[in-house]
Amino acid sequence: MTTRTAAPALLTAVFEAASEAMVLCSAADGTVVLTNEAARRLVPGARPGRPAPAPLPTDGSDSFQAEHEGRRLSGTRRPVDDGHYAWYLRDRTESNDLAFLAEAGRRLSASLHVRRCIRTTVELAAAYLADAAMVVLPPHRRQSDWTRLLPGRPVEEGTLREATLGEVPGLAEALGGFPPIPSRWLDPAQAPAWLVPAGFGPVGALLVIPLPGNAEPAGALILARCGPQARFTAADEALARVFAARAGAAVAAAVLYRDQVDTAAVLQADLLPPELPQPDGFELAGSYQAAGDALRIGGDFYDVFTPSGPATDTMIALGDVCGTGPEAAVLTGKVRQTLRALRLVRTEPAAMLTVLNEALLQSARTPRFVTMVVGSVRRADHGRVRLDLASGGHPAPLVLRGDGRVEEVPTSGTLIGVLPRTVVRPASTELAPGELCLLYSDGLTEARGGPTGAEQFGEDRLHQTLAECRGMPGAATVDRLRQVVADWTRGGGSDDIAMLAVRAPDRTPLSLRGGGAPTPSPYVAAARRGDRRPRSRS
Amino acid sequence: MTAPGGVLTPITRRVADGYLQLVADGDEVGATRLVSALLDDGVAAQRIIVDLIGGAQRRVGELWEANEWSVAREHAATAVGERALATVAARTTAHATRGRIALACVDGEWHGLPARMLAELLRLDGWRVDFLGASVPGRHLIVHLHQTGPDAVALSCMLPTRLPRAHAAITACRAAGLPVIAGGRGFGPGGRYAERLGAQAWASTGEEAVARLATDWPPRTLSDLPLPDDESFLGDEEYTHLVRSRPQLIKTAMDRLATVFPPAAGYDAAQIESTSEDLGHIADFLAAALYVGEPAIFQDFVTWTTTVLTSRGVPATALRTGLTLIHDQLVDFPAATAMLNAALDSLPRT
Repeated sequence: MTTRTAAPALLTAVFEAASEAMVLCSAADGTVVLTNEAARRLVPGARPGRPAPAPLPTDGSDSFQAEHEGRRLSGTRRPVDDGHYAWYLRDRTESNDLAFLAEAGRRLSASLHVRRCIRTTVELAAAYLADAAMVVLPPHRRQSDWTRLLPGRPVEEGTLREATLGEVPGLAEALGGFPPIPSRWLDPAQAPAWLVPAGFGPVGALLVIPLPGNAEPAGALILARCGPQARFTAADEALARVFAARAGAAVAAAVLYRDQVDTAAVLQADLLPPELPQPDGFELAGSYQAAGDALRIGGDFYDVFTPSGPATDTMIALGDVCGTGPEAAVLTGKVRQTLRALRLVRTEPAAMLTVLNEALLQSARTPRFVTMVVGSVRRADHGRVRLDLASGGHPAPLVLRGDGRVEEVPTSGTLIGVLPRTVVRPASTELAPGELCLLYSDGLTEARGGPTGAEQFGEDRLHQTLAECRGMPGAATVDRLRQVVADWTRGGGSDDIAMLAVRAPDRTPLSLRGGGAPTPSPYVAAARRGDRRPRSRS
Repeated sequence: MTAPGGVLTPITRRVADGYLQLVADGDEVGATRLVSALLDDGVAAQRIIVDLIGGAQRRVGELWEANEWSVAREHAATAVGERALATVAARTTAHATRGRIALACVDGEWHGLPARMLAELLRLDGWRVDFLGASVPGRHLIVHLHQTGPDAVALSCMLPTRLPRAHAAITACRAAGLPVIAGGRGFGPGGRYAERLGAQAWASTGEEAVARLATDWPPRTLSDLPLPDDESFLGDEEYTHLVRSRPQLIKTAMDRLATVFPPAAGYDAAQIESTSEDLGHIADFLAAALYVGEPAIFQDFVTWTTTVLTSRGVPATALRTGLTLIHDQLVDFPAATAMLNAALDSLPRT
């Protein structure tokens, strides 16, 4: 049997037309008998009559995997007949592409932040697709943001005038929502100098691909390769387009998220607890925790209104709208706004609650009730602070006395926003220097936890914890309570918790020592004296 | 302006002692004036933060451990430290030349001042810092990351019992493609638990964190950060059992307490409450040790507790009783039993 007869023309034609890369070899001496086009593309050295070239193994093994001329090849050997065997070759380079796309998908989905998504896009593109990658965002107010990366350099960012976008071949089209233009139609010589940094060398090949977005492009990806031989093959372009589709989806999602966040932030701003003023004569400290909600808004609230109009006192309010989450938060916003307006006409806490009740009854679409404490605070003589408090169905405020006793302020009243007539019994109290009054919501006392995990924190523990805070500044007291309750629930708190503390400040040691004159502390003087160093005159 | 030659730190002993006295008095005004005076004299803000404020905080912790200070006094002192730090922050400016970093205390971690000091040190070093505060729930942290897109996350944890939460936060940060630097005593001596939990770096002090972040950070590309697939779950069924049965474990121990420790029969409500709290601590540290797989976490807790109890005149019998009561309920759990046995062996003989 001869092994080197020329194959019949029909057989050769069929062999050539097969898409699978095949090399037919003689079993006797391992020389190549026949190759097809697909095989010659992967292993150009395989020619009939020659010995099977590398990477085809000659040691009798039936399979191999090897890097060959920039490709990852694998092959399996199967006997064809007694005198022949065939190598079936596979280009595994594409599985690299798959791995790249898998990594791209994973990393692009990691962040919902626009800038990070774009950075990830250029990082991935520069590492795998080109020598330089740049993302240009659609123009906004005649400016386009861009992000560029060359491997081994830090990411660069900047803005371009809209008018200059047209200088890059294909960029205006990509940002305009047109289909991508094949690389071979883009003349890299026309690329403007600003496209790549100095030192990159002449751009040899250019590819500009839209990043598909929310019904309009999320941006454009510019890929550049340097050197005269550089080009983007059809496979390169196809891969880049698949990648651009994923990157575009990620950027577009991040843009949507950003818009939502911006909107939510605007709506949320008025529902968050206010920044507390620092009035003369007393300390204010607040704490607010929304139950497990990422928006940090809920049904508890507190607010402080500094003196204005007829009101010469500072008004404080802390309350609890039934329910949690955004719906409850919206009602807290209404209540706070109503109080803000009300205090311009009525200043007694009890009267404010009564009017608020009427206002809520008339405005509420769905009946929701509120419990709250309203108070007016003013300085009294000798560093004391006077509070007039009124409660509408809310836990009574507590007062921490100088000797560590904890008292309830005896105010009580009916819920707000349910009954046409409310009953409010106001009460007053005075704080001596160092004493503190705490307004809180029932989320504090009803927090479940403890050793059994199901016990309420309760009023006794609150009283006791508060008593231990004797001598602490207001902010530290509120922090301490919050911490103790968080430890009690071990992070499992399921209700909103609001606290607002008013404290008459200690008489500072300074004013006692210096008869009220602002003499510096002796330690300040020591610091100045002991550590004096030469000052330059210039 | 330079410090005079030969003086390593511009904060003299005298000034430091004076500041500690102001802190002890809860004198905010005096403390902020002292800080202002030092800044006027050209003392570096970093030295004030680290040596003066940080140094005093260390002393405060020691004084509490030694039972010389009450919890209230410790808190009041910390509040003064916060004010002093705020003064430094208000009086110094720094250009943001590095990246943006989010800094948070782990969920359940209330020691905010060390993290706040780090925030100031990083800001002075050119970072744009978002300080999220003490005890930041994991969800808030992740929402913040998606909204602001920082370059890195710094996570503070002072208590090992928060390590499971720290691990969840670190895993979530890394899944969001962000490198994490861990800090604080909670990550163990030399930060040895930090890497196990997936953090890229660890720093024992604020200055160390600043130095670490100033070089080769963050990792240039995120491909250096493979998702910690195999590290996403630590702990095992012993950990799971311990956490799930915690309430029952403590209840049973309390029920048996008086039989093994007769004086407990006469405990008042406050004593009963604090005893069950202590049992809870034993369970929590044991759980953390099981979660990370580090018996040292539990042993360090027992050693530290012994010191604290001794300074408060509590006999070692109390701790021995607590450990035994938990031990006897965990007979089927070899890792937990081994840790408890080692701890019992280490207690001083009575």
